[in-house]
Amino acid sequence: MPLRTEPVTVNIGPQHPSTHGVFRMRVTFDGEVVLDVEPVFGYLHRGSEKLAEERTYTQVITLTDRLDYVASMTSNQAYVLACEQLGDIQTPERGRYLRVIAAELQRVASHLMATGFLLNDLGAFATPLMYCFREREKVLDLFEMLCGARITMTYLRVGGVFQDAPEEFWPALKRFVAEMPHYIDEYEQLLSENEILLARTRGVGVLGTGEALNCSVTGPVLRSTGFAWDLRKVDPYEVYDRLEFEVPVGEHGDNYDRYKVRILEMRQSVRILEQCLAQVPSGPVRAEVPQLYRPPPGEAYGRVESPKGELGFYLVSDGGIAPYRCKVRSPSFINLTVLRDLLVGWKLADMIVTFGSIDVNMGEVDR
Amino acid sequence: MRPFLLEENALFRGLYCWLGANEGNRGFCTPEGEALARDGLLPLGWEWLAYGAAGLALVLLLVNAFLVLVMLYTYMERRVMARFQARLGPNRVGRFGLLQPVADAIKLLTKEDVAPTGADRWVFNLAPIVMFVPVLLVLAVLPFGRGSFLADLNVGVLYVVAVTTVTTLAVFMAGFASGNRYAMFGAMRAVAQLISYEIPVVLSIVGVLLLARSLSLVEIVEAQRVPFVVVQPLAFFIFLAGSSAELNRTPFDLLEAESEIVAGYHIEYSGMKFGMLFLAEFAAVLTTSGVMATLFLKGWEGPLLPSHLWFLIKVFGLAFLFIWIRATLPRLRIDQVMGFAWKFLLPLSLVNVFVTAAEALAWDWETMTPQQVWAMGGINLLVGMVGVVLFSHLVRRPAPRRAARARAAATAEEGV
Amino acid sequence: MTRAMRGEELGPHIQAAFPQGVERWEGGSLWIRPEAVLDVARFLKETPPLAFDLLNSITAVDYVEHFEIVYHLTSTVHNHKAVLKARVYGRELPSLPSVTSVWQGADFQEREVWDLMGVAFTGHANLKRIMLWEGFPGHPLRKDYLEPPR
Repeated sequence: MPLRTEPVTVNIGPQHPSTHGVFRMRVTFDGEVVLDVEPVFGYLHRGSEKLAEERTYTQVITLTDRLDYVASMTSNQAYVLACEQLGDIQTPERGRYLRVIAAELQRVASHLMATGFLLNDLGAFATPLMYCFREREKVLDLFEMLCGARITMTYLRVGGVFQDAPEEFWPALKRFVAEMPHYIDEYEQLLSENEILLARTRGVGVLGTGEALNCSVTGPVLRSTGFAWDLRKVDPYEVYDRLEFEVPVGEHGDNYDRYKVRILEMRQSVRILEQCLAQVPSGPVRAEVPQLYRPPPGEAYGRVESPKGELGFYLVSDGGIAPYRCKVRSPSFINLTVLRDLLVGWKLADMIVTFGSIDVNMGEVDR
Repeated sequence: MRPFLLEENALFRGLYCWLGANEGNRGFCTPEGEALARDGLLPLGWEWLAYGAAGLALVLLLVNAFLVLVMLYTYMERRVMARFQARLGPNRVGRFGLLQPVADAIKLLTKEDVAPTGADRWVFNLAPIVMFVPVLLVLAVLPFGRGSFLADLNVGVLYVVAVTTVTTLAVFMAGFASGNRYAMFGAMRAVAQLISYEIPVVLSIVGVLLLARSLSLVEIVEAQRVPFVVVQPLAFFIFLAGSSAELNRTPFDLLEAESEIVAGYHIEYSGMKFGMLFLAEFAAVLTTSGVMATLFLKGWEGPLLPSHLWFLIKVFGLAFLFIWIRATLPRLRIDQVMGFAWKFLLPLSLVNVFVTAAEALAWDWETMTPQQVWAMGGINLLVGMVGVVLFSHLVRRPAPRRAARARAAATAEEGV
Repeated sequence: MTRAMRGEELGPHIQAAFPQGVERWEGGSLWIRPEAVLDVARFLKETPPLAFDLLNSITAVDYVEHFEIVYHLTSTVHNHKAVLKARVYGRELPSLPSVTSVWQGADFQEREVWDLMGVAFTGHANLKRIMLWEGFPGHPLRKDYLEPPR
């Protein structure tokens, strides 16, 4: 008869430094080993889908900002794409390029944040986080030039973007594109070969492609399992079919691969930005869409590859000025389906890191 | 045994004689053959009080000076850390933010002192004190400069090791008495980790002792023809890693792992009790740096500058090293931490002890030629590097992925 | 480019396998009978030429006289996508079979639909409220939901 101790149940969250918001996991531990995890949602539930039914199509854009508040450009994008599908609106070329630029900058910013906080979860005393924030600050400065806001941008509009980029934006973007690869090298020098980081993340929280697909996992988490599924490639929207980039994939689907895929994706995003700079045409940035947009009755499902995965908006229109139904397919929420399988059997410390490596945003999970 | 140098201290002697000089201790208070200028304030037979008061005054002076240093160190840690992290750090209170620690202390003092309902009051309140006292006790034997120390114990090293181990007890008391599960996790980790790391640390000191042939910290400093770090690089490395763990700083800060168990054992502490726990940790960095400087860096000795300044330079240099490590590395997992202690540091420290013992048999440290000293340093460096590389390959093993998961599933199924 | 499989294309496939399963197809959409959802789902996933292995989303729309459950499916093998709909009637306790046994990704989404729209999924292992707390009155995404007076 082996010696046994009582399992302990601990609430990790909703107030906990590394639950990335107000997430709560009811965890049963045997010593340090996780026996069972039950995620508890809803601490940031604001009823965005219900609110959207009471607002005009343009007003809803502000709600989408507040879903994934570290990547509001891509939230905007998925929503306006769905709106444009409803009314069959063609966006002018320059508007599309500006959207792609905004989305890729946002991807860089979001991945920087994911990487920084992952390292914080790993216990690095905020140094990588501050380095990542230093560059994120530059992206936010660029956003500020575009639309005057830094977090909740509401930059995209149905039929284009809010306004053309100002003069000073282009040289600033050029400088950012030129500098960013060096900064990424800097992170990699600090992190990618770090013995402790390797020991903590390699082979931890392993996810297989089949399991990931079955759990509807998308985004970098799915790609880290070695499956190149990127909506920008397989279902190109905006102008992605004209841009050259690769879809980085991992090998083992462990925490390290999830980290690495994000780093590689940042490099690809910089590459896309470079091409956009060369290709962006002149012309209008916004199609003529009335302020009180009234799409014909129907439905549309617009989806983009957000930094977290497939972000989709399912809109049902009854011909009125407000969506009849606005459903958000949030990648953060659905990626968590796989959480329990990933955590059980690992230690407390791994649990935090694995959760961090999935990279969720609570605003998007709870909506 | 050497005399307690406390009595040779000018300040001590002055105070003692001012209070309790009389015919009986004339030899101590006056130069040989001179008459006593005047009697002390206290009547005859009260010399013991004069002795106590003078000693206490000296201790108070030392402790307060040390606490001011700790204050400076907290400021330094925050500023240096900020520079590492591309930030500014505290720069508002006072010139360059130098008064930030004072502001923090005032803030902590004026905060409400909360104890959770489920806490064991006595133990809970006692823990910060038990945490802080050993740090101060180490000061008793630490030589700060030429001839500056409170006591020159002939078992100084043993005393330091014994006293610092009490910290483990304090951490466990704090974690256990808080009645909080995070604190309990921290306490359990503390016991496992701190006791494990005690062993390689002590064994790494053995190498130094074999060469110095003394346990007295003063004699160890005096025995260093070259700083022992040159001839004991492996021991220095083990001591650095081990004391990092004992100071619970990254990569071994499992006790208070912020991202995992929030604050670990001091999660429930508030106000000045929290401040004491925190201060004790910072103070421990300084004392550990002091011990390291004494054991490996030739303590107070150095050219040109006064000995006290040399000691401070070495202490703060080592403290900077600790800050550097903390700013750079992520945290290890509990099993990796334990594995590092038992599978890596312990065998290495044993190797170091054996090699050093053989060398101590072959050569006499006191009478060695400089060439022999350098040869010894070279051999030990080589042994150290080969050992580190070899053992790091042995320790590295594939992560127990599916095995751990299957085991947990089996445990869950057994109807826990 | 992901090819959208319209109802007119997908409907006959399903009807061939489950004559009772398909309600109708019209204007690109495909309605199936709610009781056949689980069988159709398994068929769609396991038939090699269809191979819908990724369930993008499950959602429900309240059309007042009925609820429409909408499934967005994608095949990563053939890179095509489809939309599947099922109508459930009744406002007391509308229900249809859960597809969690086919796609585990349906787990949280079905719970969300139950929580906010009040459509139950039979066969779901853990059908609890997910966004709101247990004991919350009503299902707020329904069109007839009124906030209880404070």
